Amino acid sequence: MATTGAVTQTKWWNGGRSPFNVEYGKLMMWYFLMSDAFTFGAFLISYGTIRMSQNFWPDPNAVFNAFPGAGHANLPLAFVSLMTFILIISSVTMVLAVHAGHHNDKKGVVKWLVWTIVGGFAFLSCQAWEWWHLLTGEHATLVNGHIEMLAQTTTGNPWGSLADPAAVKEALQFSSHDTLMKLVAEQNHTMTNAQIAALPQDQLLGMIKTSELHIREAGPVAFGGFFYGITGFHGFHVFSGVIINIVMLVMAQKDVFAKRGHYLMIEKAGLYWHFVDLVWVFVFLCFYLI
Amino acid sequence: MQHPQTDYPEVTFHHAPQDAGDFKKKVRNTTILLSVITVIELAIGLTIYTIHKGADPSTTLVLMFKGMVCILSFAKAYYIVSVFMHLGEEIRNMIMTIVVPLMLFIWFIMAFMWDGHSYKTLRNKYDTHFKETTTKEHKPHLETAPAAH
Repeated sequence: MATTGAVTQTKWWNGGRSPFNVEYGKLMMWYFLMSDAFTFGAFLISYGTIRMSQNFWPDPNAVFNAFPGAGHANLPLAFVSLMTFILIISSVTMVLAVHAGHHNDKKGVVKWLVWTIVGGFAFLSCQAWEWWHLLTGEHATLVNGHIEMLAQTTTGNPWGSLADPAAVKEALQFSSHDTLMKLVAEQNHTMTNAQIAALPQDQLLGMIKTSELHIREAGPVAFGGFFYGITGFHGFHVFSGVIINIVMLVMAQKDVFAKRGHYLMIEKAGLYWHFVDLVWVFVFLCFYLI
Repeated sequence: MQHPQTDYPEVTFHHAPQDAGDFKKKVRNTTILLSVITVIELAIGLTIYTIHKGADPSTTLVLMFKGMVCILSFAKAYYIVSVFMHLGEEIRNMIMTIVVPLMLFIWFIMAFMWDGHSYKTLRNKYDTHFKETTTKEHKPHLETAPAAH
């Protein structure tokens, strides 16, 4: 059967031809991606189960409404649409890299891989900013009858339903000096923080304009764990995809594929990269849209 | 045009080489399609946002819009897989080895959404504290404000 040298090199598909007419590595990449789809699916479905079991779930438009450099402007969906478009465009550049590979066009492969890597880094930077913003941005929240400054972490969620103004007024009496100081500082821009800190509790209480406070109750704690867990797992896929693409770029640059006679490796890296985009479609759907 | 990848012995036939113009058109059309679907999704997202801000948000309307976004997302997934990942061009049997196991998701999603919903119903029925602290209509009265620390 084995009449050419090339066939003896291919031991795994022993019949000498692929039943599915694809090379072994590509088929296995598909099966890996299928199993990865189940992993992501299980994560997203467990998030859905917990969300369904709650009477209240934060409105994504209240949580994700910031844009770098836009201060406190309320811009729901703006930043995440930028991230979505970055990922779509980097998927397109990957298609072009794979296509260039089909034509053994080294220059094209290198060019489009570079753009794909740039897109990957841009996405990761966006995600880093988003996480940083959520983890460090503190919001006055009504917790157990007092006001507390909460950030969006895995143990706290400041995005519950809007608190009753009378309850907020009452809760201010029981809040710490530190919290009152921060609330005053948000409304009063003429005094320095040190000046505010020097004021006694009663005076701080008098300075807070309760009508201008939009304080929420604490939301479901599970929100943070699912959000950071799932977007983190996706971000890890993006990161490993970028690494794989960099390896492909170096190999293409060093003529490894040119000597091999084909650029099929780019195709497998491409499948992985598109899968990352595919998963984002559902992460975007589950966390930001619905 | 010669077949580009003849060095891979397992692959016995190659797809008809795509015409460069055809390929460009296909990629461009798919990119536009994905972008347009995303823009529609964002528009629906903002619609849901404005409905929520209104005085009396209609749950049915919100649910309908959310259903629409889900369908649009599946359309996006279909185009990414079949055009960008070229699954549409593979042999049918191979497509089936991928797609058929994914059918498990139909059960997976339905069963677990049902489970979550049933848990909520049971808790609202038997756990009054849970119900009172998480629904708007059953806010605890102010005079019972907890002690200070």
